[in-house]
Amino acid sequence: MDLFEYQARDLFAKHDVPVLAGEVIDTPEAAREITERLGGKSVVKAQVKVGGRGKAGGVKLAASADEAVARATDILGMDIKGHTVHKVMIAETAPEILEEYYVSFLLDRANRTFLSIASVEGGMEIEEVAATRPDAVAQTPIDAIDGVTPEKAREIVAAAKFPAEVAEKVADVLVKLWDTFIKSDALLVEVNPLAKVASGDVIALDGKVSLDENAEFRHPEYEELHDKDAANPLEAAAKAKGLNYVKLDGEVGIIGNGAGLVMSTLDVVAYAGEEHGGVKPANFLDIGGGASAQVMANGLEIILGDPDVKSVFVNVFGGITACDEVANGIVQALKLLEDRGEKVEKPLVVRLDGNNAELGRKILTDANHPLVQRVDTMDGAAAKAAELAAAK
Amino acid sequence: MAIWLNKDSKVIVQGMTGATGMKHTKLMLGDGTEVVGGVNPRKAGQTVDFDGTEVPVFGTVKEAVEKTGANVSVIFVPEKFTKDAVVEAIDAEIPLAVVITEGIAVHDTAAFWAYAGKKGNKTRIIGPNCPGIITPGQSNVGIIPGDITKPGRIGLVSKSGTLTYQMMYELRDIGFSTAVGIGGDPIIGTTHIDALAAFQADPDTDLIVMIGEIGGDAEERAAAFIKENVTKPVVGYVAGFTAPEGKTMGHAGAIVSGSSGTAQAKKEALEAAGVKVGKTPTETAKLAREILSA
Repeated sequence: MDLFEYQARDLFAKHDVPVLAGEVIDTPEAAREITERLGGKSVVKAQVKVGGRGKAGGVKLAASADEAVARATDILGMDIKGHTVHKVMIAETAPEILEEYYVSFLLDRANRTFLSIASVEGGMEIEEVAATRPDAVAQTPIDAIDGVTPEKAREIVAAAKFPAEVAEKVADVLVKLWDTFIKSDALLVEVNPLAKVASGDVIALDGKVSLDENAEFRHPEYEELHDKDAANPLEAAAKAKGLNYVKLDGEVGIIGNGAGLVMSTLDVVAYAGEEHGGVKPANFLDIGGGASAQVMANGLEIILGDPDVKSVFVNVFGGITACDEVANGIVQALKLLEDRGEKVEKPLVVRLDGNNAELGRKILTDANHPLVQRVDTMDGAAAKAAELAAAK
Repeated sequence: MAIWLNKDSKVIVQGMTGATGMKHTKLMLGDGTEVVGGVNPRKAGQTVDFDGTEVPVFGTVKEAVEKTGANVSVIFVPEKFTKDAVVEAIDAEIPLAVVITEGIAVHDTAAFWAYAGKKGNKTRIIGPNCPGIITPGQSNVGIIPGDITKPGRIGLVSKSGTLTYQMMYELRDIGFSTAVGIGGDPIIGTTHIDALAAFQADPDTDLIVMIGEIGGDAEERAAAFIKENVTKPVVGYVAGFTAPEGKTMGHAGAIVSGSSGTAQAKKEALEAAGVKVGKTPTETAKLAREILSA
């Protein structure tokens, strides 16, 4: 889960990482009172989870409270790289900035540990710095158990060649930022820029944080950080039912069991779609190993409720759960939906393979549901589902 | 021969007395796995009857290992307690720990992985969030269905459980030496490379099928390893070509970030290393079949 800048700012503040004052608002008029409190000037910053908002006009200085309201009016509702601005942060204006640095902690998948990245060339995307001036980027592995002690922080500072006059201050920020990383179960904490200001202090002016949703069990505070505005209504409905669903932009609804098989199903449907007018998968939906009638019904309900869906492909490999149970689940699910008053009008292509496949197929054949077609291979069923979607 | 698991493997189950542990212990025993004990401090001293097989419950992994000679532990404990369970297995120096549990916080995985390193890596960790490992006809540890395929000469390594099953099913007539599901989390204990090295060294494996998916660069690193070290034929499959950027596709590690972790890049890296990569699971199985019958 990626956080907005204001949420990252609040999290940094909680862990004593130096930040500027800032408050988030969603109506322009609210900018007035905050700007007055900040001494009559402020920075109005679009809150979007995408880089390059400054260049897109999403960050503006305001020299008065009136101007802050005007800038907030401009920015709220603005589209930045496909992200609509629903919130702006009204922030304290930064004191004179002398230098801009970069520091982050993140997960290092390849080395199965954590990594610190630091550079005295901050203010732009670190990937850009790494590409143009690799010597200016210091990567330091962090042991997951030992963590970042003041000594380790000094090692990072030395590796990145921070100027002597800020070395201790940056090391102190690193220790606090590591505290933020560990205590929040973060996958990424990034400060860019970490600014050296005229007073000689260093301040985190902008930041990115990504949290591990698998750690939510020990972080009740995550609940409030979820971006409810951004969630697609179908994704929100699926989440409420405990389903693992991602909305995509195609026409073939997909249900399968197991993340890998479902990802593979999307690909196979997209290939088949190349022969059928370019139809594509409409979603990712993994109903997991059990695939009971109830879960199947919930999944079908979400998919049939998607107006983009023209046909549905149910792709199940019976492992521990036998295909006869899955077939019964599909038949019962269709009945459950009809009992709930849902109109099932879209064609379903079902492929069952694996444990008790023959029994499962017989159940579907015997049920003889007018909308259900059986195709017994994955590639064949994908082609059929694509063909049906293209014909609609 | 096979890799890491054979008929002599003695298996304990951490979390055996929970619902998932009970269900799969029964299935593992049915597949001929020698399950010699369970671990649960609150039920130590009891025994559990699985269709006539009495399996003792021990208080700790260490005690279970001392009393039974177990050399494999399979872990079904809930995600909140998994880190402690793996640390206990590492402390007992059990040679193989298979972590089935899904949804573990990645900081917990990073911590137990670092701990294993500090203890000298005496325990091979498979998983977390994996279906386990099966050497057909000998032993089955985890949740892979035991009756899909028979013993044979294909080695399989996969990030995904259901794609493992699909591939075992497609090639069931040829059979497998060992199939190992390494899991789809961002940090995993055993990698594609570990399995490729083991299959390369295994005289009972003639061909390796490697299944990957979007996220990270494990497949790219595996490709580089294959180029340098693997002389046996390798057939590959990568899932997630249609996955949008920035969305987690079911597995916690299955995410394309910016331009990194794409299926296309993985496929290209594997092909550059001489691996034949199928467009669909069925086509991948066909490629394996062609190589073996050539």
